[in-house]
Amino acid sequence: MAFETKNLTKNQLVGEVLALKNQGYRLVTMSCVDLGESFDLLYHFDRETQLVHLRLTLPKGEVAPSISGVYFAALLIENETRDHFGVIFDGLVLDFGGNFYLEEEVKKYPFCKVTVGKSETAGEGA
Amino acid sequence: MSTIVPFGPQHPVLPEPLHLKLVLEDEIVKEALPTLGYVHRGLETLASIRDMDQMVQIVERVCGICSCIHAHTYCMCVEGMMGIEVPQRADFLRIIWSELHRMHSHMLWLGLLADALGMESLFMHVWRLRERVMDVAEATAGNRVIISVNKIGGVRRNMSPDQLRWIVQVVDELETELDKIKSVLTNDYTVKKRTVGKGVLTYQQAYELGAAGPQLRGSGVAQDMRMTGYSAYKYIDFAPVVEKDGDSWARTMVRFRELYQSIDIVRQLIAKIPDGEIAVKVKGKPSGEIVCRSEQPRGELMYYVKASGDKYLDRVRIRTPTFANVPPLLAMLPGCEMADVPVIALSIDPCISCTER
Repeated sequence: MAFETKNLTKNQLVGEVLALKNQGYRLVTMSCVDLGESFDLLYHFDRETQLVHLRLTLPKGEVAPSISGVYFAALLIENETRDHFGVIFDGLVLDFGGNFYLEEEVKKYPFCKVTVGKSETAGEGA
Repeated sequence: MSTIVPFGPQHPVLPEPLHLKLVLEDEIVKEALPTLGYVHRGLETLASIRDMDQMVQIVERVCGICSCIHAHTYCMCVEGMMGIEVPQRADFLRIIWSELHRMHSHMLWLGLLADALGMESLFMHVWRLRERVMDVAEATAGNRVIISVNKIGGVRRNMSPDQLRWIVQVVDELETELDKIKSVLTNDYTVKKRTVGKGVLTYQQAYELGAAGPQLRGSGVAQDMRMTGYSAYKYIDFAPVVEKDGDSWARTMVRFRELYQSIDIVRQLIAKIPDGEIAVKVKGKPSGEIVCRSEQPRGELMYYVKASGDKYLDRVRIRTPTFANVPPLLAMLPGCEMADVPVIALSIDPCISCTER
């Protein structure tokens, strides 16, 4: 039940996810944890009930690569993560723009420990 | 020329606020896009202002129908992090209640399917049978739906030998009643016409799109988290219920056969349940990270919990089965007739309350 994670950089992530898919792993879900100055993005994969976990530590304000091009099912998870934490995913196949669950009048990312206000230019230039 | 038709969030067939934008050409669905957010409550974030014991009651409210399994899985996470050994009797009791939940959830769904097909008598008959399971929940736990029996370290309520004998009697009677409706489900022209070949999800699609539970097993993938042997499942003999056709009919048959499977599991559990304590005292606070999975009526449930020894947990992340079953639904709908969409959507047994949390 306890788990070990493989730490990755942004550049390694999509290639590693594609390699797991080619080995027959299914995407279970992603988890995002607010660490203060950064986010931990955990990717959980399953093959015959055995789990593998990848970890990407992403400084706040930086854009994460989307894995929805590899696993279509990731599109809901990445949109949910954007709603909750404000993490922007580059290459998301269907981007709800932060309004997957939340209405446009919601101006905060509700799952961040220190509430961060939404910005029109959030994530640009990263 | 394409037409966009909104499906839901209020629809006569669905009790849950599922909203799809259907792109149609004539009567044929070309594309389906989901819209969520009608019942999003942000329950996960309550971990930052509620302690680990209070979180048991919160996760029970992610979904009423499978509340017991949410609490069980969350408790397994905290117990795993703290190295707590739950008494064996508590493990058995947790699984007895979990299987009763699976039964009443599947019967709830079966009644809704009957209603969607216009079979009002079958709908009322199945829900009448479901009440028997709810009676057991009420008698053993004090509540009919959110039974609140799990706590960190074990369970809150015990079952007497008389109650266990009575439960066996109830499931025996239910089995007889299910036999009576079996021929309606398996032979009725209307049921077959509305489900056979409708909303087909292939083995490959189900696997790659991350389908869970009866939707996965209805497409031929023999995966059931209970096979990992968590809690008392390691003492029970059973095999995943699998159908191969991947259509609404296959998903219906998986759930119907799982009713018999749950009856068998309950009988085995009651035959093997040991005497002893039902809970241990819990001291201290958890620390670390953990993932636990279980099998809800709708499929695989996953909890990720992170803690650092403080009063409050750092993170509680919940992946519910319907959340996993939405992308496969989007893949099933293109090519279907508009008139079949309600029953196909219902065939995944959607729980939007779970999905959005």
